[in-house]
Formats: sequence, structure tokens, C-alpha cells
Amino acid sequence: MAALRCFLRSGKNAVAAGLRREIHQTAPASLQVTVRDALNQAMDEELERDDRVFLLGEEVAQYDGAYKVSRGLWKKYGDKRIIDTPITEMGFAGIAVGSAMAGLRPICEFMTFNFSMQAIDQVINSAAKTYYMSAGLQSVPIVFRGPNGASAGVAAQHSQCFAAWYGHCPGLKVVSPWNSEDARGLLKSAIRDDNPVVFLENELMYGVPFELSEEAQSKDFTVPIGKAKIERQGNHITLVSHSRMVGHCLDAAAVLAKEGIECEVINLRTIRPMDIETIEASVIKTNHLVTVEGGWPQFGVGAEICARIMEGPAFNYLDAPAVRVTGVDIPMPYAKILEDHSVPQIKDIMFSVKKTLNV
Amino acid sequence: MLTIVSNALRGSASKNGTRLVVSARSYADFTPQVSFDIKRCDVHRLDQGPPDKTVLTREQGLQYYRTMQVMRRMELKADQLYKQKIIRGFCHLYDGQEACAVGIEAGIKPDDHLITAYRAHGYTYTRGVPVKEILAELTGRKGGVAKGKGGSMHMYAKHFYGGNGIVGAQVPLGAGVALACKYHGNSQVCVALYGDGAANQGQIFESYNMAALWKLPCIFICENNKYGMGTSVERASANTDYYKRGDFIPGIRVDGMDVLCVREATKFAADYCRSGKGPILMELQTYRYHGHSMSDPGSPVLLYGCCSFFLVRGTNPWIKLKSVS
Repeated sequence: MAALRCFLRSGKNAVAAGLRREIHQTAPASLQVTVRDALNQAMDEELERDDRVFLLGEEVAQYDGAYKVSRGLWKKYGDKRIIDTPITEMGFAGIAVGSAMAGLRPICEFMTFNFSMQAIDQVINSAAKTYYMSAGLQSVPIVFRGPNGASAGVAAQHSQCFAAWYGHCPGLKVVSPWNSEDARGLLKSAIRDDNPVVFLENELMYGVPFELSEEAQSKDFTVPIGKAKIERQGNHITLVSHSRMVGHCLDAAAVLAKEGIECEVINLRTIRPMDIETIEASVIKTNHLVTVEGGWPQFGVGAEICARIMEGPAFNYLDAPAVRVTGVDIPMPYAKILEDHSVPQIKDIMFSVKKTLNV
Repeated sequence: MLTIVSNALRGSASKNGTRLVVSARSYADFTPQVSFDIKRCDVHRLDQGPPDKTVLTREQGLQYYRTMQVMRRMELKADQLYKQKIIRGFCHLYDGQEACAVGIEAGIKPDDHLITAYRAHGYTYTRGVPVKEILAELTGRKGGVAKGKGGSMHMYAKHFYGGNGIVGAQVPLGAGVALACKYHGNSQVCVALYGDGAANQGQIFESYNMAALWKLPCIFICENNKYGMGTSVERASANTDYYKRGDFIPGIRVDGMDVLCVREATKFAADYCRSGKGPILMELQTYRYHGHSMSDPGSPVLLYGCCSFFLVRGTNPWIKLKSVS
């Protein structure tokens, strides 16, 4: 009887061992997650992890978020932690900064970053500069997040990219995620960071699904702020970009690959502090550089990259001047055909690559 | 008994070479406390305001007097240092308004919170930063409270959030600190100060709205010293009843030159906030003896104002206290 039990037990073990062998052979479970859901889950997990974290902004609570990014959070966490504000950006941004000074960890949502201009004094003078002005006595652990840059048909006052504006200021960290993994990991890092972080999302990316690896699904998965990622390896030319334009660069690289041009695509992930070392290493390898961004050309992200490349060792390896592909230097027009031509398209990126490579 | 003790002390002190001023009268002859009538405050949307009688103990009287004296001398010294070009940039002096800072500090608890604008040296002192660190900060030394990196307008301490350079920006920040107090449920309050010049800022009205909506424990205090930089209140505000400007928020108008009046009003306001009723507004009627800042040449406007002030008000805040103690 005991022997039978032993046999059965070992049999079960043998079967289990067999099953285990089977499971090890299959790929780890990855998931298709939209950028919106990645942001939502990141906020949910951080709200759960730390009682001091809370979200405030217009329509974030009962409306589930203007773009549904905070869907379900108010139902789960209630009025104390998910707060609907009146349409008073300067006031509520100041209140968010004040609460951060007093020890809370607010996530302040701007419905779009265009409205952050109303509150920009609180972001820069009250949040960004305080740690330095107080010689480290007063920290401001706040995240300002919301959609940034061009959308679809929303015209001039609702389409500006603020990467260059905020990237200009010492005391701020500025991040610009592209895909779901970026969104999730960077938002978690931003919330856990004791500094003020400007988190520039993109409305057109919210609904786009990306594969999230099992590692990226873990509750403690973070993407370090200040580190760029090489999305695609290549030898002939370096394409540096951030946010939605990374996707355009990858699409352009796929088309160019058919013509024998291998592009290395770098996803900046963080605007400030910028990971110039990754760009330099890539330029040293490929000898050519094209920067791609949605914002305006003057004093932009691309301008900064070009200046820094000139100041560093990579300049000696350039075989051609670095080129910037940017949004057109005009307020965003409304008509679709004009709007489409006011932001970089895949053909514009390909044109610049070929011009730089002289092909 | 006390006479013997005081004589003994005097004897030992002179042996050590220190000077000890001991009155000819013994301590038993001093009254431990006195009660005073204070000016009744005008109120807005309140059934009843702060009490018009208060008790001042000997210790309190001496402490308030000493604090106001130190603040006055610190500010006058800063004036001198600025003229010697040892202090640079901005220097907004608080002399004349001492009763406000001391009265407010007496009316709140040490673990309450306070934020003000750039005329902040007085509050930096009452919130616990030693004079040495304040003057070191003003003169850009690393012994300063912000290691010389902040300067006159950016000094911080525990539960004191500066020192803010942008007019009006500190008021939403103060409401945010109050939000944190409510969030933590610790029955602390936040005092958010601003001047008559800032009182017209839009972000202040945005703060009033959210503080009232969410019942934040925030005491908004307008230090009305009659001039926003060089512009008198009549030329800047359509409505100069600053204690009423909160509209749906109850308000009190207080004599800011009387430290006891300020203290009682602050206690009243703090109790109001702590009871969960939401924000309250105080207007302190006060006066500054310097121009807006050290860059202000002391224009004729201010001189005229000075004369009318002395006609109307008559006294220096600490002389008022000295005369009654």
C-alpha cells in the first residue's frame, strides 16, 4: 500500500517533471498592452505601493481621465487620492507643488502640456529651482504629466511640443516615452524620483499596442531616467529621436534597409538629463547623424544634440554635417493636408538620410 | 526670600565679570500676568470674531518684546550692510511689521506650517532660523541657512516654505501644504501670507476656490501695508477691503500693529481651520518703515504716506507693547 502510494507520488512527480520540462520550452508570457493601459497600470501600482502618491488634474477622477488614462483609479482609490480640479492650472499646479513640499508625492496632470503654460511659473520657479535655492533643504517630489506635441486636427494652440522648453531648465528631469515599456517604466521611475519630473506623453500613441515582456510587467519594473535605448542596430547612419517620431524612424529604417542602408535608431527616452554618451558611441560607429523630432527647429532638442556632438569626441568621426528633421517652423495649421506636412513624415526622414549619406 | 536670591545672584555675577541687570525691586513685586482690552476686529461672513480681551503673561510679554526688538535690529543691520554693498541684489525689509510675524507665531503651534513672499526675514527668524544664519545667507556665506545659494528671498526651515520671489505664487503653494495636512489628518494648519499688492493675483482667487471647495485648513493672511511697491492700495485695487476679497471665505480685519490683536485673531483663525470648517482669511493692517526694497529710493510717495501714517496710527508696534507691559 505504501509502495503503491510511493509509486503514485513518484509517478505524479514524473508527470510534473515532464510538464515542467514542457513549460520551460515555451516562451515567457508577454502581453499586448497599449500605451494608455501601461500608464494606467503604472499609476495604479504606484498608488498602491506608496500612500503618499496621489493624482490631481482636470477630469481625472469621475470622468476617468480626459483621454481615459486614469480609468478606474477613482473607483478604486476614492476622492482622497484621485482629485478632480477646477479649470485653474496655475492654482492647482501650485497646490500640487505645495503638497509635494509638505511631503506628499503628487502626480499633477495637465490635460495637454499646452495648458501647462498657464502654470509654467509654478513648474519652473516653485518646483524646479527650489531644491537648489534651498541648498538641499526642500525637495519637491512631483510628476507633471500629460499629452505633449501634435495631435490630430486640434490646430495651433493645442499642438505645441514642450520638450525644448522644459528641457532647457536645470532642476527638472524631462522624459518622453515612446512605447508601452517606456511609458510604464519611466512613469514608475518618475513617481519614485524625489525630483520634479516633466513626463511628456503623446496622445496619438495612447491607443497603440506594444508587446510588454514578462519582466516589464513586474510591479517593480522601472526604466532608468537619463538612459537612451538603441531600438535598432545599424552601421551606416544614426537616427536619434524621442516619443512618436521613434516609430517613424523605425518605419523609415525598415524601408531603407531594403535599399541596403542600415540605420541605427536611438530612442532618447529622457530629454533631460540627456544621454549624450549613447549618441556619441553610435556616431563614432556610423559617422552620420540625423535627429528627428516633432517640435519646432529653433533652440530644439535636435539643436542641442548637434551642439553637444560638436563639443565632444564624436565630431571627429562625422563624415557629413549632422541634420535635424523637425516640425515646420509655423503654428500648427488645421487643414489635414497642411497638418500632415507640418510634422516629419517617413519620407522626410528617408530624404534626410539619403542626403546625409550622399546617395 | 527672593530679594536674598537676587542679591546673591548679583554678587556671583559680578565675580564672573558678567553684567547682570537686577532691578532694585524683587521679583515678587512683578505681576505674573495682565489682561488687556484689544481692538475689536471687523468680520466678514462670521457671526462672531476673535475675543476683545486677552491675557498676557510676563514671560510672553518679554518674549514678544525681545523677538520684535531682535527682528528690528536685524533688519536695520541688513539695511546698513546693503548700503555697504555687503548684501547684494534684493533686500526687502520687514521693520514696522514685526507685530504681524510675532503675533502669528504666538497664535499657531510650532508644528503648523507657514509660507510667505519675499519680505521674509522676520518669518525666517520666528520660524526658528538663528539671526547668524539669516545674516550669513544675506551676505552670501556658506554658513547661511541655504549655504548662500538662496539669498534674501529663499530661506527655508522646518515647516517654513520660504521666502518666495514670484508675487502671489506662494499662496497656491500654501494651499497645497494645507492639502497635505488634511491628507495626513494631523490637524495642522498652514498660514499662507501675501501682501496688498499680491492680493489682486488671479492664482490667489484660484486658491481661495479650491481651498473652500475641499475645505483645506489654510489661513490666508493679507499683510496690508498700504503700498504694493510704490503703488498705494487705492490705485491698485477696486476693492480695498482685503478681508472680504475671499467672498465665500469668512474674513477678519485685524490691527497688525498690535501683537496681542494679531495673536488672538490667529488663534481664532487656527481654531476655525482645525475644526474642519475650511479656510479663513485675515487682513493685517500694518505698515513698513522702509521702501519696498533697498533699491527703492524712498520716494516722495512713501514720505507722504509716512506722515499720514503717524497721524493716523501713531505708534511703532513694539513701543505699543512696551508701553503696556
